[in-house]
Amino acid sequence: MGRLRTYGFVAGFLAVPLVLYTVFVISPYVQAFQLSLTSWNGYSSVVRYVGLDNFGRLLEDEVFWRALRNHGILLLVLPLATIVIALLFAFLLNLGGGPRGAGMRGVWGSGFYRVVFFFPQVLAVAVVGVLFQAVYRPDADGVINGVLARFGVEPVGWLIEPDLALWSIIAVMVWQAVGFYVVLFSAGMAAIPKDYFEAAALDGAGRIRLFFSITLPLLRDTVQVGWIYLGIAAFDGFALVQVLAGDKGEPDGATTILPITIYNTAFSYQKVGYASAMGVALFFLTVTFAVLTLRTTRRERVEL
Amino acid sequence: MAPRKDNGPGALGVLSHVALAVWALLIIAPLLWTFLASFKSNTEIFGDPLQLPGALRLDAWGRAWDKAHIGQYMLNTVVVVLFGTAGTMVFGSMAAYVLARYRFAGSRLIYYYFVAGLAFPVFLALGPLFFVVKQVGLLNSHVGLVLVYIAYSLPFTVFFLAAFFRTLPDAVAEAALIDGASHTRTFFQIMVPMARPGLISITIFNVLGQWNQYLLPLVLLAGAPDKWVLTQGIARISTLAGYEADWPGLFAALSITILPVAIVYILFQRQIQSGLSSGALK
Repeated sequence: MGRLRTYGFVAGFLAVPLVLYTVFVISPYVQAFQLSLTSWNGYSSVVRYVGLDNFGRLLEDEVFWRALRNHGILLLVLPLATIVIALLFAFLLNLGGGPRGAGMRGVWGSGFYRVVFFFPQVLAVAVVGVLFQAVYRPDADGVINGVLARFGVEPVGWLIEPDLALWSIIAVMVWQAVGFYVVLFSAGMAAIPKDYFEAAALDGAGRIRLFFSITLPLLRDTVQVGWIYLGIAAFDGFALVQVLAGDKGEPDGATTILPITIYNTAFSYQKVGYASAMGVALFFLTVTFAVLTLRTTRRERVEL
Repeated sequence: MAPRKDNGPGALGVLSHVALAVWALLIIAPLLWTFLASFKSNTEIFGDPLQLPGALRLDAWGRAWDKAHIGQYMLNTVVVVLFGTAGTMVFGSMAAYVLARYRFAGSRLIYYYFVAGLAFPVFLALGPLFFVVKQVGLLNSHVGLVLVYIAYSLPFTVFFLAAFFRTLPDAVAEAALIDGASHTRTFFQIMVPMARPGLISITIFNVLGQWNQYLLPLVLLAGAPDKWVLTQGIARISTLAGYEADWPGLFAALSITILPVAIVYILFQRQIQSGLSSGALK
């Protein structure tokens, strides 16, 4: 009797979450794989299977390759820039004050900086995008160009120069992400035993030496987690690019990325089958990145 | 070399303060500029960007609230996030609890079934999701959006909370069951209060995630502008500002959107920071 009651309880607790999850998450994913093999347009009742044609077309699609190139740049620059800046700030905020009393201290004002740095993280990406439209205005009235004008610099077309636009967008991503990784790395640094620093400082190690010889090696796992998160973020970027560069990744597709292309192909051009094929490509890219990173960065752990 | 003592601010110390101060300025300046621009006139906005507003004009805030529908968008967002997060927490914690603490045939399988959702990018599901929601008749409705939010928040919530429920001691729950409490009562009256720290972290995580969501409402509420959420509304107002030349209105709308978030953040920054980063490290 008790056993039956337990099963009833388990089933009762699992029913609603399982149904919601299956209908709205799993079924669309399964359908996406299926639709990637069709030429479905979103409304016709006939779904025609075309085999791997969509994927063949993908390989010849110029927009797809341009998007892929942009993801490549994002994948290199976004994690690298964010992690370097965040590591530096986390070190200064937690240990930069040098040894004092029983442990290490951050520099003066650490609390304030920590609060300010993290704030962009709680803002919606779409809101940040609109904010930076004003910052990046191409004429002399933009926030940056206005300041530059005081030094006699000609207005720069931050978002309209094809060679510059993607970098401007990456800068916003870094701007928003750094605070989060400062907090993440700070948590990692707090876990490093204080005696390590004390011993090294007694031996005469300066702050730079402390950072490279103690902090960095012991923070390896946390940095790896950060790297994976940022790498996955490099395959997204939809809201920011859509708000800052429009549906086509202006100027002239210089900033286009796969999520934007998928969104347009499905909802503006009604090519649901083709869009699904791009989604499948995006899925494999993300998974490949995560697996490769985990594999290549796995090394012996430093025992604390 | 003699052992160094960091008493005075050496060159390195000065440099690090400069770096920190510059980054803080980079964050504060655009936000402050936006806030000030909401009080400016159009000519002032297009004038020197470093100038303060000539007078404290509040009319743009009124226009943003009514004419640009920020009030409506705000209300919609609050309703959607309230029900979305509440639903996520109730269903997510129920599923996580059962999967973490009851052994039954297929429990591991169901757990991995939920967690597998973490591996897929939302963009893969985008097209089909639109048609699924359309088929069940919930397109352009808040109910539909709330259910989709819950469904997409479940993988991480279940993953995080299952790990948390596993760490709780068995003795208390067993004692309650022996005393005749039902499984349901044990869960709500004993286990949920014990899991409070974990529940708070993941609630903050979900509130922020759902409050800031842009893609899903863009796809699922496209046809019903009166139901739009803030992120969508702001993007729309920003496009319109170009045509109607109401720039102060746009910056007032942005300020109205950012201010409540800033206030909540300043009040709860410790919890928010630890909530988000502990979520990431699990």
